Amino acid sequence: MHDVAGHAAHAAHEPTSFIAKHVFSLDHKVIGKQYYGMALIAAYVGMFLSWLMRIHLGWTNAAIPGLETLSKTGAPGGVMTPEYYLQIMTMHATIMVFFVLTTAPFAAFGNYFLPIQVGAEDMPFPHFNMMSFWVTFAGFLVLMSSFFVGDGPTLGGWTQYAPLSAVGAVAGPGQGTGVVLWATAIGLFCIGQLLGSLNFITTTLDMRTKGMSMWRLPYTVWAWFITSIMGLTAFAVLMPACILLVLDHLAGTSFFVPSNLVFNGQLQPHSGGSTLLWQHLFWFFGHPEVYIAIVPGMGIVSHILTTSMRKPLLSHRVMVYSLGALAVLSYMVYGHHMFVSGMNPVSSVVFSFPTLVITIPSTIIVLILLGSLYGAKLRINSASLFALGFISMFITGGISGFFLAQPSIDIMLHATYFVVGHFHLVMGVAAMFGIFAGTYFWFPKMYGRMMNETLGKAHFILSFIGAYCIFMPFHYLGLAGNVRRYQAFTDDYLQPLIPLHRFITVAAILTGLAQLIFLYNLIYSRFWGKPAPANPWEATTLEWSTPSSPPPFNNFGGTFPEVHHDPHQYSVEGASADYIMQTSPEKVNGPDEA
Amino acid sequence: MATTVHEPPKPAIGEEPRVRLNDSGNGGGNLTPANGNLRTVHRHSPPPSSTGIWVVLASITMTFLAFTSALVVREGGAKDWQHLTLPPILYFNTLLLLASSVALEIGRRQVRAFMTAKALVGKPGIVKAGAENPARWLYAALFLGIFFVAGQFTAWLQLRAQGLYLATNPNSSFFYVLTVMHALHVFGGLGGLARVIHKFNRSTLRKSTLDATSHYWHFMDGLWVYLLWLLWAKL
Repeated sequence: MHDVAGHAAHAAHEPTSFIAKHVFSLDHKVIGKQYYGMALIAAYVGMFLSWLMRIHLGWTNAAIPGLETLSKTGAPGGVMTPEYYLQIMTMHATIMVFFVLTTAPFAAFGNYFLPIQVGAEDMPFPHFNMMSFWVTFAGFLVLMSSFFVGDGPTLGGWTQYAPLSAVGAVAGPGQGTGVVLWATAIGLFCIGQLLGSLNFITTTLDMRTKGMSMWRLPYTVWAWFITSIMGLTAFAVLMPACILLVLDHLAGTSFFVPSNLVFNGQLQPHSGGSTLLWQHLFWFFGHPEVYIAIVPGMGIVSHILTTSMRKPLLSHRVMVYSLGALAVLSYMVYGHHMFVSGMNPVSSVVFSFPTLVITIPSTIIVLILLGSLYGAKLRINSASLFALGFISMFITGGISGFFLAQPSIDIMLHATYFVVGHFHLVMGVAAMFGIFAGTYFWFPKMYGRMMNETLGKAHFILSFIGAYCIFMPFHYLGLAGNVRRYQAFTDDYLQPLIPLHRFITVAAILTGLAQLIFLYNLIYSRFWGKPAPANPWEATTLEWSTPSSPPPFNNFGGTFPEVHHDPHQYSVEGASADYIMQTSPEKVNGPDEA
Repeated sequence: MATTVHEPPKPAIGEEPRVRLNDSGNGGGNLTPANGNLRTVHRHSPPPSSTGIWVVLASITMTFLAFTSALVVREGGAKDWQHLTLPPILYFNTLLLLASSVALEIGRRQVRAFMTAKALVGKPGIVKAGAENPARWLYAALFLGIFFVAGQFTAWLQLRAQGLYLATNPNSSFFYVLTVMHALHVFGGLGGLARVIHKFNRSTLRKSTLDATSHYWHFMDGLWVYLLWLLWAKL
């Protein structure tokens, strides 16, 4: 256990060597940027894989130039085999869910800004924090290595349902070594996030500066804190599940493989395992994971919109309570992923009820954000536009969730593109928009330079329109009976849907190209962007009270801020400006909400 | 790196030196010099290790609850479960681990008393081990813990001699998984104990570190008793 004395010693001595400063750094800001960089690479890899899938779905027999180089057996002549389509689909989902949607809004931004926003000079266990990133990065490398090992990555989907995932190579390409590498990578990821959650929780509880009560924490810190608690419990369950899965592969155990199972004419040497056991363990993690991906985005968006609206949200406390309710309920709803698993129908009803109940805090959060926007003089910039986009995507994707929460409807729609449209909007695109909003908002603090607003707005408009062009038709496809996970649509009733698939493919490629604008803006602004003023958004929280951008090694230059206000003092009557920073000793009329 | 230097922050009103006091309870008393280095921790907060250890234990609890639910499902849902007779050495190992916990608790109390006494006689911060070294109980706990792991290894060898391997039947699978996972966590505790002894001998031990390590070790003790029951019981 790393103690505070060790932390203080670290804080007192800024490393000078390149390795200690930029590679194996103990500084939470560097670790946050490392997480962001890894998520950025993962996001573009994941996006590229989605392009391959979309091209194949639109033009099934088309040769994709260069694809044979990636896998001679998976894409002979550049034409993807059905199995390779599933392998790419699995890797797209795994990379996106774990190494983008979890790492960027939670681990990256959380690492960088949580300690600063509570007024600390670092996390309490910086060595664990460094390990957290490097273990996660090792997991990413292990996962990516499966592209180049044996017969490629696993094809079992990001949920890795047993027994397909547990019997080995007999189940198909990638189901041997590929699954072992997948489970190892995810196990490492779990360890990394557990170490991160440990730091986030203790930082929030124990490292707050003078005057920073829990109710004076910004929405972002609350969101990261609540997400950490979810991560602590969810990843601690997925990790043992991965261990058991690896043992079924390597040690011949029978945790998930039932008796008398025949694959490709071969009787499997396993007995008595439970396929449903994997699903229970996986989804006990899997549903909280949805909220692990989206709750940080909610915090980021609330934070940015409050700043852009120049007024507090309708209720600070109700927002925080709602985020907490999401976390608690997220453990009670996981069975709704298993409505079609053969689970007892009574269990389906039991899981359906909290699934409908969880829409209440979700709706409250959306209504608070929308209600707060009413009458606000919103400052339009890239960050606030992406924050608005987040709300739009969350509402659109969330509404389809009402339908899927009911077993009778879900049984019809579960294996169709309707579900694909639902989760991509509510969890994928919404979370991505949260990441973009956070990037535009905090870039000036992280690099001391402004991002280009014109490019940012163009990026938003193209992404917003593009996302709807891609994912709204998915709902129609699902209602038309278009099954998901299929690599080609040869049935007669699916043939008329292929033009729509081609439209989606074109939209996906164009929307993906729009992300290159973001990448260009990011790189260009990093080196040649306009120097940022101290507080470009006229925000109130502590990250804007640091003596420089980026903040110095110990964040506040050896002094510590004292907090006098809650984090949303905008448009305060009688104040000298339309905002009062948390560190300002200025008195305000009336009590802080907190 | 592009660095924009802003105006220096306004000095906080009523700012006081960030010096941690030595009189806080909750295991947070600091016997190293209160030299102002521990600035981010204020009087109202316990040291992070005091909170962090409960976070760690919560995480470990979830992990073993997941294994437990897997065992319950696997045992209840299949006909191939063959309940194995636990090697008797496990009960002896249990006594070793319980004794280790007792030794650590005695050692913890003696070390705390020793550190407090030293602080009160005008030598705050630096603890020098005296002639009656209270660390001997810590050593006892450490070696009993090592013997426990050795005993577990012996149990694995005995099962192997009976032809019971990891994949022989589901009960043996869970036996190896649970005992190995527990042993790995015990290794972590042994590392923590060694670190505590090292720090005590170098006079840099903090009470919160001692307490956190102690909590972890007692938890490993309780966890083992629970696992032993889980493996012994026919659910």
